Amino acid sequence: MDMTGEFRIGAPREAVWQALNDPAVLAACIPGCEAMEKTSDSSFEATVVQKIGPVKARFHGIVELENIRPPESYTLNGEGKGGVAGFARGGADVRLEADGADTILLYEARAQVGGKLARLGSRLIDSTAKKLAAKFFDNFHEYLSKEDNAEEKSAAAS
Amino acid sequence: MTDQGIGARVKRKEDKRFTTGHGKYTDDVRMENQAYAAFVRSPFAHAEIKGIDKSAAEAMEGVIAVLTGPELVADGIGNIICGWAVTSKDGSPMNMGAWSALATEKVRYVGDAAAVVIAESDAIARRAAEAVEVDYAELPAVAVASKALAAGAPQIHDNAPGNLIYDWEIGDEAATDAALAGAAHVTEMEITNNRLAPNPMEPRSAVATYDPIEEHYTLYTTSQNPHVARLVLSAFYQVAPENKLRVVAPDVGGGFGSKIYIYPEEITCLWASMKTGRSVKWTSDRSEAFMTDAHGRDHVTTAKLGFDADNRIVGFKVDTIANFGAYMSLFSSAVPTYLYATLLSGQYDIANIHCNVRAVYTNTVPVDAYRGAGRPEACYLVERMMETAARELGVEPTELRRANFIREFPHQTPVIMAYDAGDFEANLDQALAAADVAGFAARKAESAKRGVLRGLGFSSYIEACGIAPSAAVGSLGAGVGLWESAEVRVNAVGTIEVLTGSHSHGQGHETAFAQVVADRFDLPLDSISIVHGDTDTVQMGMGTYGSRSGAVGLSAIVKALDKVEAKVKKIAAHVLEASEDDIVIEGGQVKVAGTDKAMGWHEVGLSAYTAHNLPEGMEPGLKETAFYDPANFTFPAGTYICEVEVDPETGVTKIERFTCSDDFGTIINPMIVEGQVHGGVAQGIGQAMLEQVVYDDDGQLITGSYMDYTMPRADDVPFYDVHHASTTCPNNPLGIKGCGEAGAIGTPPAVINAITDAIGTNDLAMPATPQAVWSALQASGKSMAAE
Repeated sequence: MDMTGEFRIGAPREAVWQALNDPAVLAACIPGCEAMEKTSDSSFEATVVQKIGPVKARFHGIVELENIRPPESYTLNGEGKGGVAGFARGGADVRLEADGADTILLYEARAQVGGKLARLGSRLIDSTAKKLAAKFFDNFHEYLSKEDNAEEKSAAAS
Repeated sequence: MTDQGIGARVKRKEDKRFTTGHGKYTDDVRMENQAYAAFVRSPFAHAEIKGIDKSAAEAMEGVIAVLTGPELVADGIGNIICGWAVTSKDGSPMNMGAWSALATEKVRYVGDAAAVVIAESDAIARRAAEAVEVDYAELPAVAVASKALAAGAPQIHDNAPGNLIYDWEIGDEAATDAALAGAAHVTEMEITNNRLAPNPMEPRSAVATYDPIEEHYTLYTTSQNPHVARLVLSAFYQVAPENKLRVVAPDVGGGFGSKIYIYPEEITCLWASMKTGRSVKWTSDRSEAFMTDAHGRDHVTTAKLGFDADNRIVGFKVDTIANFGAYMSLFSSAVPTYLYATLLSGQYDIANIHCNVRAVYTNTVPVDAYRGAGRPEACYLVERMMETAARELGVEPTELRRANFIREFPHQTPVIMAYDAGDFEANLDQALAAADVAGFAARKAESAKRGVLRGLGFSSYIEACGIAPSAAVGSLGAGVGLWESAEVRVNAVGTIEVLTGSHSHGQGHETAFAQVVADRFDLPLDSISIVHGDTDTVQMGMGTYGSRSGAVGLSAIVKALDKVEAKVKKIAAHVLEASEDDIVIEGGQVKVAGTDKAMGWHEVGLSAYTAHNLPEGMEPGLKETAFYDPANFTFPAGTYICEVEVDPETGVTKIERFTCSDDFGTIINPMIVEGQVHGGVAQGIGQAMLEQVVYDDDGQLITGSYMDYTMPRADDVPFYDVHHASTTCPNNPLGIKGCGEAGAIGTPPAVINAITDAIGTNDLAMPATPQAVWSALQASGKSMAAE
């Protein structure tokens, strides 16, 4: 499954970039995220609970960042194991473009699922993934749009 | 015919328990000390097993053991085998890869078991199975047979280079090429036979018990052939010697072929029972069934059918790729060879046929026989090509068939089979009349007024049943003989038990077999019991598949009845002081013809067992055994006519009429036979219009539930109009041909021929879903014409 999209975020590019690298922000914004820990400059460990169709599972996964070009872009690769629910893995190329005071976030994502997720939930994967992506960016936008957050982040970046 | 004998519509004796919820199935078996198995199944289609961490699962309360492949191999449990050796055309043996009941180094399809958990409850076992950490190193996977043959494809078994299991041929290629070169017209097609999941109503199940004192195993299992299961478990998997292994297949809720084979789960349960000292039960859930029951079909074929200027077939050349999945299941090798290519002559007199078959490993669940087994694939190919050729030649499809029918029997085809009897034209004519084909044009015009497309499709099928003479199948590579056995016990009170090696899992043997006995001795049906399914009770038998129970199983019973009758007459002649030749059996009595001297049937039984007054030298008792080895296959045949309406706006197809005329030989119980036809046609409609197993590019099964795999429902199927025009099979005592698979064989081409007739384009693959039909219409530009 492939997915592309773009979102306008009401915050400067530096602030958006910082937030995208902040496990606390990610944990707050990723739907169903129970834990998020930065294990190195370019990797995170996460636990996420998701329900896709009839399959509900707790995924433990590792996210690695590559091609990091602050504050413009990175490539994110992740893989999560959900026990008998199967596995999910995927990646996304994320690019940030400044547009005045706002930032345009563009992404191209690909995902693959296996095991019970594929068997029972394949038909729901696309719509669920789109819904989750939209929810993430809504949360993310909301977080950064709070002026004090954005200012704080911006200040921290400078 | 008596009201309960051969030809009577007797209601099924077994249905009282089945329809009131009192059937006793494997999952109903409750052993003392019973534990439960749950399998740890691979989520990957192809991966190396780097390690298995059992510690978390083992630590869970209620977990008895966590067992893995290397432990199973270390205990000497053998690999699962394919029991039919097919030789490639270059003389090399087939490349059978190793298949351990629990994976050792690699998993090769999604669902392949890497470990098993034995626990105090099913729920604990399943939870613990989630806690077993298997370290998989994923490998590239391939699910499509043609891609698995391509250069650079992932290699699935080391000893099958290029994933090729065998490259087999039958027939004379040079002669066929020459015939096609000289043909006036050649019809060419590429045809896919879609992959199906068998879906018996009862999922597979096993309960294994090891007795350490006697060193004896008992296995209750969902099997179509418990004796074959015992033989294979003993001889190849080295579980136990046959005398230390009892296999019981109690009530079984449908099989369709999928319960012929010995699967990893039964072997694992037996072994785990020995390891843990507990009875071990496993019952598949529907999701496991989708990913572990052997699938059916999955052929891709290109073919050329050549005609002379008089529309007579001159040659038929076929090239087939068959997807075998990740391992070779028990009869997998025979399905696309001896059960497929040998039927490519159809009902037609064809002098030259050549067929090449490549069998291929892929990272999918193993593929084996499914209702029809090779014959649906052959029939679909032949009958789609005949209908297409008729359209290309501009002749009536039925007339093209008529022009090529075999009319003299016996008929030797160029592909092994020798048809013994038949009247193909009688069935075609009967079906044409019953379907009111003469009135089709008027119905089509009426449909057109409503803006819908009406189409008519034909299928004149032939199949081969009863498999088959043991020496013949042996010469073709079968590892077993395919005879059947019977024992008829007349008790001292005159009631009768018949022990048969056939197995009933929906076929109604308890009724139909008893009717044959009732007919023979003019006895009430209730005094006759049919016993099957237990290796401790019943003598060795070969089980039920290939529509063989009537043609082969009943023939064995008839042979045993012959012996019983001879002994009864000897006893009665002795007691009544008459000649054996004058003894007749009727109305519950054994009489001297033309006199009032008689003894009750039960008195003969009593005499045999008291043995107070038997002829000089006669052994006491009244029990006879027979083994019957068929002289040939049997050849059921017939014509099916399907009439459809297609809504060009939506592609929705409705079957308006479905007419069958079958030649099944002698029919014991017409009601049961019609039920078999109804079920087979429903499965054929399922294949033609609804069902399709789909794997994605990574080998993930994405039709793993009834959300995505569509089974036919009541509103998908029409009322069937079923007729018979029978010839008698000359090769067995009752003249039976078999009826279990015909519906699933004859139906798919009739349906697709009807839909393609309606939409005016031939470019339509199964399953013809509304989307597929609509897309075909759009692609052909014919959708406008309908408006």
